[in-house]
Amino acid sequence: MTTFLGMPATAPRGVGHLRGDEPFPRAAHTALADGQLRRNLRHATTTIRAKSGRVIAELPDWQELRSAGSAIKADVLSRLPELLERLEARVTERGGVVHWAADANEANAIVTELVRRTGAERVIKVKSMATQEIALNEALEAAGIQPVETDLAELIVQLGQDRPSHILVPAIHRNRSEIRDIFLRAMPGVDPGLTDDPPALAAAARRYLRETFLSTRVAISGANFGIAETGTLAVVESEGNGRMCLTLPETLITVMGIEKVVPAWTDLEVFLQLLPRASTGERMNPYTTMWTGVTPGDGPQNFHLVLLDNGRSAVLADRVGRQALHCIRCSACLNVCPVYERTGGHAYGSVYPGPIGAVLSPQLTGVEDNASLPFASSLCGACFDACPVKIDIPSILVHLRNQAPHPPAEKAVMRAAAYAMSRPRLYARAQRAAKLARIAGRRGRALPPPLSGWTAARDLPEVPRQTFRDWWAAR
Amino acid sequence: MSSKDVILGRVRAALRDTPTPEPVVRDYRRSFPAADLELLVDRLVDYRATVHRVAADAVAASVSGITGGTVVVPPGLPLGWRPPGALPDDGLAPDRIAAADAVLTAAAVAVAETGTIVLDASPDQGRRIITLLPDVHIVVLRPDQVVASVPEAVARLDPARPLTWISGPSATSDIELNRVEGVHGPRHLHVLLLER
Ligand code: SF4
Repeated sequence: MTTFLGMPATAPRGVGHLRGDEPFPRAAHTALADGQLRRNLRHATTTIRAKSGRVIAELPDWQELRSAGSAIKADVLSRLPELLERLEARVTERGGVVHWAADANEANAIVTELVRRTGAERVIKVKSMATQEIALNEALEAAGIQPVETDLAELIVQLGQDRPSHILVPAIHRNRSEIRDIFLRAMPGVDPGLTDDPPALAAAARRYLRETFLSTRVAISGANFGIAETGTLAVVESEGNGRMCLTLPETLITVMGIEKVVPAWTDLEVFLQLLPRASTGERMNPYTTMWTGVTPGDGPQNFHLVLLDNGRSAVLADRVGRQALHCIRCSACLNVCPVYERTGGHAYGSVYPGPIGAVLSPQLTGVEDNASLPFASSLCGACFDACPVKIDIPSILVHLRNQAPHPPAEKAVMRAAAYAMSRPRLYARAQRAAKLARIAGRRGRALPPPLSGWTAARDLPEVPRQTFRDWWAAR
Repeated sequence: MSSKDVILGRVRAALRDTPTPEPVVRDYRRSFPAADLELLVDRLVDYRATVHRVAADAVAASVSGITGGTVVVPPGLPLGWRPPGALPDDGLAPDRIAAADAVLTAAAVAVAETGTIVLDASPDQGRRIITLLPDVHIVVLRPDQVVASVPEAVARLDPARPLTWISGPSATSDIELNRVEGVHGPRHLHVLLLER
């Protein structure tokens, strides 16, 4: 049966955060009714788009960098086995230990066992999409180990017992006063006079985590890049919580998706220009840490690298869809997406929201487990233009729609929903028409196609009158 | 069958019949004019670092002007740069480093275009921990360490060393995507740019 073991496999069910509880249109329904959420998202994405646009315009060779980034990633995928083995060899030579995890269950078991062996009952974590994807925190908690998220936004999500809704800023759906309320409610030892001034909120997080950083012996991180040629790993961050986690503890465990390997040290010259400008709209993010195995006398003296498949090989097997593995998780595609701006990240059900989530999640799980996501887009193409590694998300969406196990009528419904959500005037017209239709007792018939199908499926989100007016006026 | 074999087997199966991809074309900027120190200063200031132009023999005095408190220094820092009472890192415990007011180091490379300073843990920069815990980081930069661009910096650096790329003080964009300075790393970054 070894031939079966060698077949590309999707991420297993029953573990991790790649599948939502309900299909996109229904989840979006809830989000669309939340005016505060939409205002927070709109404010945040408008800010970041402007910042990012300004610093990208400073580089005369942005398009050439994008092309190089895309070509490097295509090259990586085409010789992934060779690069992974080289990375493993280099990390091992430099005193690190490399582990291979075929799926979320195996990765969680490896990390839990590594932490157990240190005797630590608490670990500090720097924000990592891979560990969110596999639900590592839940696995650690089940084993009696307390994971402490140290990224400010992750901390807000963790203290608020909430779910992340954005790749880069998991608490993007919260504004400053909501964050203050969460801190006042759930942060031990917080100053009861805390204001909602952002520097005051940041200072509260600094005070709260300082002692934890200094007294925790094990850290868990992800990695933005793993360099095959040298065995070097890189973590790009802002706050310094990454530096704390990567420097202070005795043991560091890094969980990295297999697609994050890059061939050569020189390749960083491309990605270190693309990522910060596309992501936070900075010329460079405040801190990037790079380390190669173990450095005696400096930083963690035990280093483990866990290489994670969890469905990536299945994505790789699809010639059209595999470019989703080029993603450097900058979140630019979320910030420009008209559908994301209205629904927020939770509606996508997976830790990967927005346009990249709509193509990555269904491929990682198999389309049947995320069948509505390929329709969560109006195919406007803004994501493709924004992507620093030129992932053609609209083409992958169309490709996946053809694989989705939906009756044709339902497909039309969801396409229409996404189309209208990205065009508020149309949406408003649909909503008004739907109301008239309901009054007339002729549900759906009053709408022109393709919106008629949407109403017929009773998926038309009802937006409270007041919020709708706000929305209309704000356009 | 080990998990490594399983994963590599899956990947090889997934790649069957994959055509060789196009070669990587690197037609982005790879050669640059000499670094513009004014641009570096502009970019550092834009990200809330404080820049001081000082003569090489005035480093210690400048440091004393920034802080009168305890200054941790790496073991290989030039003696002439150290302010009176400097605390050399001979394996200091983390709480002693955290209790210091500032840390003074040299740097490996700086990038003008992005306002970035890179430390490579050489003896004049020290262990990574010493530049992380104090609230004030003072970096001495020689003009010949400044390059124009990221590709030049990558070419100068040795990946075998632990590297820390620093662009301004610790900051976050996590609250409404606005940049706020000062979270876990040093909240104040001073750059002493030596005169040529
Ligand atoms: S798909 Fe492109 S734009 Fe979206 S997060 Fe990934 S790299 Fe960024």
